[in-house]
Amino acid sequence: MFYGHLQQVIFAMNVIEVDNLTKKFGNFTAVDHISFSVSKGEIFGFLGANGAGKTTAMRMLCGLSKPTSGKGTVAGYDIAREPEKIKSRIGYMSQKFSMYEDLKVWENIRLFAGIYGIPEKEIASRTDAMLKNLGFEKERDVFVKDLPLGWKQKLSFSVAIFHEPSIVFLDEPTGGVDPATRRQFWELIYQASDRGITVFVTTHYMDEAEYCNRVSIMVDGKIAALDTPGNLKAQFEAASMNEVFFLLARKAQRKTE
Amino acid sequence: MKAVTADKLCKSYGNLRAVESVSFEAQPGELFGIIGADGAGKTTLFRLLVTLLVPTSGTALVDGYDIVKQIDQIRKRIGYMPGRFSLYQDLTVEENLQIFATVFGTTVKENYYLVKDIYQHLEPFKKRPAGKLSGGMKQKLALCCALIHKPTVLFLDEPTTGVDPVSRREFWEMLKRLKNQGISILVSTPYMDEAGLCDRIAFMQNGCLLKIDTPSSIIRGFTKPLWAVRGDRMSQLLSDLRKIPGIKTCFAFGDTHHVTVDKSVLSENELIAALVSQGHSGVKVAAIEAGIEDCFMDISNR
Repeated sequence: MFYGHLQQVIFAMNVIEVDNLTKKFGNFTAVDHISFSVSKGEIFGFLGANGAGKTTAMRMLCGLSKPTSGKGTVAGYDIAREPEKIKSRIGYMSQKFSMYEDLKVWENIRLFAGIYGIPEKEIASRTDAMLKNLGFEKERDVFVKDLPLGWKQKLSFSVAIFHEPSIVFLDEPTGGVDPATRRQFWELIYQASDRGITVFVTTHYMDEAEYCNRVSIMVDGKIAALDTPGNLKAQFEAASMNEVFFLLARKAQRKTE
Repeated sequence: MKAVTADKLCKSYGNLRAVESVSFEAQPGELFGIIGADGAGKTTLFRLLVTLLVPTSGTALVDGYDIVKQIDQIRKRIGYMPGRFSLYQDLTVEENLQIFATVFGTTVKENYYLVKDIYQHLEPFKKRPAGKLSGGMKQKLALCCALIHKPTVLFLDEPTTGVDPVSRREFWEMLKRLKNQGISILVSTPYMDEAGLCDRIAFMQNGCLLKIDTPSSIIRGFTKPLWAVRGDRMSQLLSDLRKIPGIKTCFAFGDTHHVTVDKSVLSENELIAALVSQGHSGVKVAAIEAGIEDCFMDISNR
């Protein structure tokens, strides 16, 4: 307890702070006492095999699921007691496209800007700036369903950070996206991080793990490794993050039934 | 008999040309990969070949039968695993397998040897409804159900999308074993690293096949000078590289940036010198062989 309190004081700049966070479903421990912190502006890769517990952990961090035990803060708010405050301070996007397909590009931006409480008078100018940065000025009046997937994902990401959240959670944002667009997407991530937005990202592309400042790898509900890609490769004497992932994830005991 | 022969196959929806003049042949016993991003037209092509869609124009034969005129013969002979899980969610694992065997006029027992390796992973959960399985297990069951009538040609539409690297590798090992049993396999994937595991691949983009060849020939066909560049500040390095004359393309590739260069303008040492003068440290430049992803980006850019 005292240790946890002390940590909170020392890492005041940490945007995510998690201490022994655990989630059980009946007898099954989906997330098993994980502890870590993520600092402001950091790009944090959250890796693990299917069924390792990533989604459950992420749902707790986003205030969507209450931990069974342990505690944590996200954007300075307690994940068990202040989930609504967390939701207003984070952005979220997943591989599954979640904008309104039958609304136009500008209408989607307008809608989400309103939901996140961005002042009316700022919305128009910020929309212009965002579309310009994406090179989407001509697509302003296009229905979202008519955009290619890679464009949708770039738009989705920009909408997820439109309200300048402390953290954006990205759940496999580049799945199925072509190689060139996948890389443009990561350039958007870098821009956001340069502006001080913390990026918490899951991916199955191991080359993308290399783009993160630090990477954690979950195995059977626990964090099996957490460090910079360079240090992880040195620690496991591996040439690539792909090898590191295989060395760790292969040890998984939990059957993904 | 070729596994698949497609000749100028087209499918349009209004103005949208989902599949445009696709021609290729897949040999019997071949593991043939269609590589492309979401929206490239892979699924439409598969749905044409498995007789779920009628082409706008062009023809195709599957195992020697015409995809428009001989639907029944084709459906008896092929196995199809769609990208979207489409088994009976409220039937158990073993019931699903049984129903697919029965519909095709065979028994689980008769062809069990084909699915044994895969089904063993599912055995402990055989009484569980299919809808309650994890993603990886659903995928294994779907593969068993597509195989239980001993098809001659197997169509797998993005079987590994959203699957982690370890499970993906396992899945490809299963495919290799099936291929050794003589089954022809057409598989689509958005993962470039899986291309190297196929006998031959076709790159697909905007409804067209851009290139068809073995992975090694495609790599040999990449003749531009390609360098891997690294430094201490990778993000800054990327934007600075793009401004240097003689650099034609520059993309992040894991822990290095890959650049194609005009060697008549820029040498490796000149590049290092240019970057150091801009304040970069730890700069390393090495000539490398292209990977499949380099080739795809190069070909799709033309």
